[in-house]
Amino acid sequence: MNDFEDDEFDGPIKKFMYVNRKPPYGTVYALEGLEVVLITAAFDQDVSMVFVDDGVFQIKKDQETSGINMKNFSPTYRALEGYEVEKVYAEKESLEARGMSRDDLVIPVEILSSTEIADLMDSQDVIVSF
Amino acid sequence: MKLGILVNEGPFTHQASDTAYHFTKAALKKGHEIVRVFFYHDGVSNANKLADPPSDDRNLVALWSSLANEYGIELIVCVAAAMRRGINDDLLAKGFKISGLGQLVEAGILGDKLVTFGD
Repeated sequence: MNDFEDDEFDGPIKKFMYVNRKPPYGTVYALEGLEVVLITAAFDQDVSMVFVDDGVFQIKKDQETSGINMKNFSPTYRALEGYEVEKVYAEKESLEARGMSRDDLVIPVEILSSTEIADLMDSQDVIVSF
Repeated sequence: MKLGILVNEGPFTHQASDTAYHFTKAALKKGHEIVRVFFYHDGVSNANKLADPPSDDRNLVALWSSLANEYGIELIVCVAAAMRRGINDDLLAKGFKISGLGQLVEAGILGDKLVTFGD
């Protein structure tokens, strides 16, 4: 977590938002997307993370992946706080449609409606969706 | 305008790389600056010089190379994504370089916009 302390970025700070739309397994987007979030934080940027659609499954508690021979990488989301990624949001409608609530999640998130997330997107400099 | 380009899909299964190529070329022709093109996920396969599609099909790997040659733009392939998929320096087509994800973040910082092409 302190790997990047000696390597501080001295440039401008922009607002980066990462939109996670896909389930954690089935495709590599969630896993490789998380890497980008951590690197962006290491560059001292203003990072937000949003979980929408099946992306909310990425932060579902109690993932058991041995049956599909995939590494359960959901504990990595707990490292976000150590990288000072504190703006983490999940879409209310996506959680509700999947019968999920904040109690089902591996990290604390702020739950926002799709309209509120749209407003948040309006205020970003860079939006990347995985 | 200064543009960063992110290509997230390989050259032949998805149209993403074709669209990214045409977009990048059109932007350059209009006088925009391309900070760099960054290849991530299966997008790293755009750099594989062994790609050898039938002669009546477009060869995106070669098209990217010639675009880099013509306009001097940077084509950067993510090292971690490339290693996972067996792409190394020996396999890189002309104009491509392997580097870290920091290059993507920097493209977002330096560009007026970062434009993503993918699924």
